[in-house]
Amino acid sequence: MENKLIVSPSPHVHSGDTIQKNMYAVLIALIPAFLVALYVFRLDALIITALAVLFCVGFEYLIVRFILKKEPSILDGSAIITGVLLAFNVPTGLPVWILALGSLFAIGVVKLTFGGLGNNIFNPAIAGRIFLLISFPAQMTTWAAPETTAATTDAVSSATVLGALKFAPETMPSLMEMFLGTEPGSLGEMSVAALLLGLIYLLWKRVITWHIPVSILATVALFTGLLYLFNPVPLYHPLIHLFSGGLMLGAIFMATDYVTSPLTKRGMLIYGSAIGFITVAIRLWGAYPEGVSFAILLMNAFTPLINNYTTPKRFGEVVKHG
Amino acid sequence: MSVLITAVATLGAIGAGSAAILYLVSQKFKVEEDPRIQEVQDALPAANCGGCGFPGCASFAAACVKAETLDGLNCPVGGQETMDHVAAILGRKASVSAKKVAVVRCSGTCDERPRLNLYDGASNCAVAAALYGGDTGCSFGCLGLGDCVDSCAFDAIHINPETMLPEVVEDKCTACGACVKACPKDIIELRKVGPKSRRIYVSCVNKDKGAVAKKACNVACIGCTKCQQVCPFEAITIENNLAFIDDDKCRLCRKCVPVCPTNSILELNFPPRKETPPAPKGEEATVTA
Amino acid sequence: MLKTFRIGGIHPKENKFSAGMAIQTIAIPGEVIIPLSQHIGAPCQPVVKKGDKVKAGTLIGKAVGFVSANIHSSVSGTVVKIDKALDASGYKRDAVFIKVEGDEWEPAVDRSLSLVSECRLTQKEILDKIAAAGIVGMGGATFPTHVKLTPPPGTKAELLIINAVECEPYLTSDHQLMMEKSDEIMVGITIVMKALNVEKAIIGIENNKRDAIEQFRQKAKAYPGITVEALKVQYPQGGEKQLIDALTGRQVPSGALPISVGAVVQNVGSTFAVYEAVQKNKPLVERVVTITGKDVKQPCNILSRVGIPLNNLIAMAGGVPETTGKVISGGPMMGKALASIDIPVTKGTSGVLIVPTLEAKRKAMKDCIRCGKCVDVCPMGLNPTLLMNLTEYEVWDRAEKNGITDCIECGSCSYTCPADRPLLDYIRLGKGKVMGIVRARKN
Repeated sequence: MENKLIVSPSPHVHSGDTIQKNMYAVLIALIPAFLVALYVFRLDALIITALAVLFCVGFEYLIVRFILKKEPSILDGSAIITGVLLAFNVPTGLPVWILALGSLFAIGVVKLTFGGLGNNIFNPAIAGRIFLLISFPAQMTTWAAPETTAATTDAVSSATVLGALKFAPETMPSLMEMFLGTEPGSLGEMSVAALLLGLIYLLWKRVITWHIPVSILATVALFTGLLYLFNPVPLYHPLIHLFSGGLMLGAIFMATDYVTSPLTKRGMLIYGSAIGFITVAIRLWGAYPEGVSFAILLMNAFTPLINNYTTPKRFGEVVKHG
Repeated sequence: MSVLITAVATLGAIGAGSAAILYLVSQKFKVEEDPRIQEVQDALPAANCGGCGFPGCASFAAACVKAETLDGLNCPVGGQETMDHVAAILGRKASVSAKKVAVVRCSGTCDERPRLNLYDGASNCAVAAALYGGDTGCSFGCLGLGDCVDSCAFDAIHINPETMLPEVVEDKCTACGACVKACPKDIIELRKVGPKSRRIYVSCVNKDKGAVAKKACNVACIGCTKCQQVCPFEAITIENNLAFIDDDKCRLCRKCVPVCPTNSILELNFPPRKETPPAPKGEEATVTA
Repeated sequence: MLKTFRIGGIHPKENKFSAGMAIQTIAIPGEVIIPLSQHIGAPCQPVVKKGDKVKAGTLIGKAVGFVSANIHSSVSGTVVKIDKALDASGYKRDAVFIKVEGDEWEPAVDRSLSLVSECRLTQKEILDKIAAAGIVGMGGATFPTHVKLTPPPGTKAELLIINAVECEPYLTSDHQLMMEKSDEIMVGITIVMKALNVEKAIIGIENNKRDAIEQFRQKAKAYPGITVEALKVQYPQGGEKQLIDALTGRQVPSGALPISVGAVVQNVGSTFAVYEAVQKNKPLVERVVTITGKDVKQPCNILSRVGIPLNNLIAMAGGVPETTGKVISGGPMMGKALASIDIPVTKGTSGVLIVPTLEAKRKAMKDCIRCGKCVDVCPMGLNPTLLMNLTEYEVWDRAEKNGITDCIECGSCSYTCPADRPLLDYIRLGKGKVMGIVRARKN
């Protein structure tokens, strides 16, 4: 034995879990939704997603390498996720320069100015999307009709379900269409079924726990369900709310972002219910037809506070005798 | 037009109301403070290092004003000058204290003290020290993980990547004592700066028996007492196989340095010696200096 | 559903290579080094000096203070010197060096293998014998057994729990001891029950040791009051508080001793030592040590006298593998990495694990991604990532409020962290600091 012994404090074994493994699992879970987008929007989906990923990874590399002068860790996969989620949150017809601007904002401002992965307060993809929505409301809400249903392509634009729900109830697609994903909307928000498949994968791989998505979805269903009991119009239909807009994408992939969500189970439940509540409130009574991203962004800001007040259940604290 | 007037009037009224409330509250809760506290605080370096033993400059200032005498109160960062200034403000006399500087009492470089194992835990001396004696045969010496560097508010101590030992930047060191507290091995000591920054000290804290210490490190103090015998001023004591030079008694004659068989006594900032020691005349000159 | 504890926990790969390997006895070398601190608490006062002749079982170190345990010579021979020697603590501490001559035992010790099941001693006599024999918790914590079996005034034990969980991966010494010495252990349990004056005892065994569960269920039929409980394999089930929770559903409050819920937990190895001490007058001078590791040629369980260098034990298991990167005294989760393999076996050495270089190195630490996995696995319901930060920034009051002193140092947090953060390194440091502050406040 020529080598010197290695000495370190215990434990001496590791689970082998890494940041990469978790990030790539999220990417795998996004594949079904991406396939649906590919089917619905054909090449456009691929182009937008590829460009967004390229922009996000590229900006991260350039900023870390040349401005922060550190060793970039783009392989950890977090920038790729931001790119994919950003692409999933925009309409297919979005001009490339707007997409680039959104990526720059998401990575450069929201993520890296706070210190990079692990230190950002807001989810970069959500913040990027909201930045674009506020800056370019026209382009961000010009939805290309799905190529599978429309006779002509890109030029035709149509309203999203939530837009229709609020402003023109007669143009609503059926619930089944919404579940499978043939209604107009952002790239990744199409198919509820595909997104749920992703959720199952994430739960199976133990990347996330059920607390955040379930509490969001349950709150939305309960809240709208109660309203529907008193006034059964489509505007309050719980299933329409569950299946439409970015709710599934947000609840499964954006609200569950490790960095910007609470640490404890109790905190997660509070965080999820608040997101669900704010989402419905914005949808029903706000100026925007969709409120998921605002709700998540708002609750991101509350996460440190939630963490502060929801300490985990300590051993011996609750059960003292028997 | 009326809208404009209403708006201006309302805002003006709110502003005036708030101002009145703020004024009343500030009057009611006004804290009577000795104005000299602020004066003293202004005279302090505002480093808030805690080297004086108080949480910050403000509480040190309050303590100075409150105390009967300034004995025992000392701002190591500002030194004598600052304390004289404080004394002048308060009309008292500052106690005289010699300016000190941090010295690292370990010379166990990678060459002198071979590494026997690889430490792979958190890069923190306190963590390593709680785990074991360290990656060399000497369990008293420097671990080189830089808790002292992290503790220094003045950027005055750095690890030399070649020796893996910390080095003190004398000009920046304020002798606040943060590194002394941070070092889990008690290697760093505050010593008098000395005339022309000349200092002699035992650069080792190994308490093992001579043979064990020497085996672990070429420049360890082996407690041989040679320096003690040669010291004309009884400045050197030996306890637990380790020599210590009392800087109150040491007259910087340098006699102990060449007799040390392991070169563990260091002399700093002295002119180079003549080639043929002993040179009694030269040494006597140093003594009187 | 098998029982287990309710908060957190992990399931690392078990890798029990040495399971089922019969206990071998190792030859006594020419010299042994017996450290004078083999327990938690003050080191022993040596009662021998250079040149003294000792026999196996002769008292050489006397316990000083309340939490301390006697130390006996494990061999017969001459005391060479009392000097500092490196031990598993990583520091050089006082030890007695003995030159071995023959293998003569103190005449009172009964070395026959016959089972002595009857014990007519009183409670006090039993406790005195245990104290005299220098028995400590042999699971690794090395807390003196006679202290543990003397509940503080005003408390009463109701239940004895025998910790036969051996939840650390790799280690099998307790398992093998249970398979080979089950009758002796059962008698040991009855003696400990008598010492505690309790009617009930539960033996908790994890379900990966089915043969031991079966064997003890058979034996327990003859002993009223003793039951065997199979537990779901979950780390750190061997932690006192976790084991009590798993078996009784009671949670020991923060800062309290197990006796506060009426339970006393006793390691199975220590129970065997109690049997030998009380029934055979044999002090604790030898124990079973597992030598194991992925590249170890013959992983095995060795009965070794205290003071034999680990090097000799490793040689018996086929020598130090070429690939060795790390040598650990104890298991991979809570064991101590050693700077040298010349250190001696002590009362707390449950095993030696040799880890190949490739697996020994930690990966570089990344920024915390706040995934909360450490919070999920912490068996004490703490927030490890917060505690690490509070320690780094020396915010001791908040660390105390967030329960840093409850940490049992099981390592589940560091094991789980996907960002490879040395959570436990810092928490352990902070725990020490905060406990110091708390002690200073009490005085």
